Amino acid sequence: MAQLSTDVLIVGAGGAGMYAAIAAARRGASVLLLDKGQVGRGGATIMAQMTVAVALGEQEPDSVELHLQDTLNAGRGLCNEQLSLLLCDSGPKRIRELAQWGTRWARENGHIKQEMAPGHSVKRCCYVDFLNTGPAVAATLRREVSGISSIRRISNLAVVDILVRDGRAMGAIALSLVSGEFIPIQSRAVILAAGGLTKLFQRNSASANMGGEAYALALWAGAELVDMEFVQFFPIGHLAPRLVGMDPIMWDPFRYKLGGKLLNGKFEEFIDRYGSRDFGKYNATRDIAAYAILKEAEAGRGTPHGGAYLDFRHLSEFQLRGAFGPVIDRLVTNGIDLTKTPVEVGPMAHYHMGGVRVDTNMQTRIGGLYAAGEAVGGANGANRLSGNALTEAFVFGECAGTCAADQSDKLPSNWDDAGARGSIARFTELRAAHSSGAPTPIALQAELQKLMWEKAGPFRTGDKLSAALERIEQMQRQLPQLKVGTEGRFNLDLQDWFELRAMLTAAAAVVKSALARTESRGAHQREDFPGPDDSFLKNQVLELKKGELASRWVAPVRLQRN
Amino acid sequence: MTEPSIKTATLHVRRGTPNEAERYDDFTVPYEDGMSVLDALRWIRTNVDSTLAIRYSCINANACKTCMALVNGEVEYTCIARLKPEVITVEPLPKRSLIRDLVTDIVPEGENL
Repeated sequence: MAQLSTDVLIVGAGGAGMYAAIAAARRGASVLLLDKGQVGRGGATIMAQMTVAVALGEQEPDSVELHLQDTLNAGRGLCNEQLSLLLCDSGPKRIRELAQWGTRWARENGHIKQEMAPGHSVKRCCYVDFLNTGPAVAATLRREVSGISSIRRISNLAVVDILVRDGRAMGAIALSLVSGEFIPIQSRAVILAAGGLTKLFQRNSASANMGGEAYALALWAGAELVDMEFVQFFPIGHLAPRLVGMDPIMWDPFRYKLGGKLLNGKFEEFIDRYGSRDFGKYNATRDIAAYAILKEAEAGRGTPHGGAYLDFRHLSEFQLRGAFGPVIDRLVTNGIDLTKTPVEVGPMAHYHMGGVRVDTNMQTRIGGLYAAGEAVGGANGANRLSGNALTEAFVFGECAGTCAADQSDKLPSNWDDAGARGSIARFTELRAAHSSGAPTPIALQAELQKLMWEKAGPFRTGDKLSAALERIEQMQRQLPQLKVGTEGRFNLDLQDWFELRAMLTAAAAVVKSALARTESRGAHQREDFPGPDDSFLKNQVLELKKGELASRWVAPVRLQRN
Repeated sequence: MTEPSIKTATLHVRRGTPNEAERYDDFTVPYEDGMSVLDALRWIRTNVDSTLAIRYSCINANACKTCMALVNGEVEYTCIARLKPEVITVEPLPKRSLIRDLVTDIVPEGENL
């Protein structure tokens, strides 16, 4: 009965998903590459206007070991060191491969240009001018993917259930947004490459796609999650004045290239009050900067929108145009003249360090079920360095695609019609029962985003987290009563409903993990437990047991050291 | 006592599928300086009519390039088309086949189910 059949099914077609598709296809596998939006245009990759951290050593001497050391330092003792090593070691290969496929990395004096970024000990971050890294890479990968005949791409197809039989993935059920039908898909391997969960938070820098589906699908399929309490809040996301046509995290490269003073509402410098030295060189890591900005605001020294000022008034228009060319025009269109006015910036949810628990083949504990990119947990521990997210997307995507193809080659299909029919029957029944009603799924999504921002955001307490969990569980009970409409074609209520279902599962995973970690470390800040407690130098693993989230602690995966 | 004047915009939106008679709905949206047309469409979905079909991904970075529609008769990315506190007509792209409301088939060759 399967309507589509493939060796390797890839859920999500951003940087990790597209790289996985190419890698699986070159190992001889047939590939089905799905996206709930449009292939190669959703997710986080295309939003990344910034940089990729790789130890190319072109700008100045560098090594995989040094990149690894910086990554582990930022991770505050919680990195899965084998995954971190894979990221650092394979990064250069992927960047050079992308260059061969046509990505025009910014160059100077005949070499790829690399910039400094906070937490990196050398100039390591390469990029595509001007603020065009993600769109350029996405275009390269889209072109590469579309040239490979064994990859079938389908847009507007949202995977809503991974089918597992006898502990092994056998395919999935997807919702066709265009027709409103549920589509059974047979596959020997499934790669979850649907990104992170930043959409859970009211203030976020994400595209509309990042609702935590990869995590929810993994849990429901029987796989484990790790480090779900560690949400990265990007410190200097754009708050005001209103800016369109730009990524809200665009100010980071401005600071790398041009400095830029971070000031509180009284126009005072303040980062040095929060334990970060070398202010002015922009060396404060993301967790410290986010903490400092919000603490200043809390003390009544914030800006009108509750953030800090970022001030470039010490620069001339000539200097600004030299560094960012056409971007300065886009700012002018938005009424922003950096030589005259500072902008307001503040923390927003940007990336998820936690995620699906995998081995160094990107495989979960479920046979044939893999993860790639931001969906993977562990490589960045409690805090991610700037530039490591795209590296992770390419490296883990390539690894997952290769391993899934090699494994699918060895195994017969595990497909079972009855399992697929059962899943579709459950969704169809649910839909028929609740074609009307109130509220709408999108209204509840908005409420969940506000709840998560206020109660599980940059500053957490046991009380706030418990209140969040209680409301999340109420909303989960409300799910069957929400309106999903009767419209078949492009019924967004129905898509919102499936998104909300996954968002609630991912939100519960974040909040439960945050409640159990009664210390402050990296991106997880508990006001009732300030400061790190080294008895928590361990990772928290989540799984579903009889439908309930269960957590346990494990020792971090360390490298064998001589 | 005088009420503070709240600025609004009115979106005049073409609705329906190819099989239905042509229909327009008007939505009044609270207006703030700097808003985009997509901001207004998203506000309508969250607060007034969640059945309004629109297509977007990156919200306002103008990176995904999937939010195009006719705004007052011109093809625009709705994420960077500025809203004004007046009546604005929003219609689906005329040269693409209509799916529903403002959503047309813009998916590249071979990417449909």
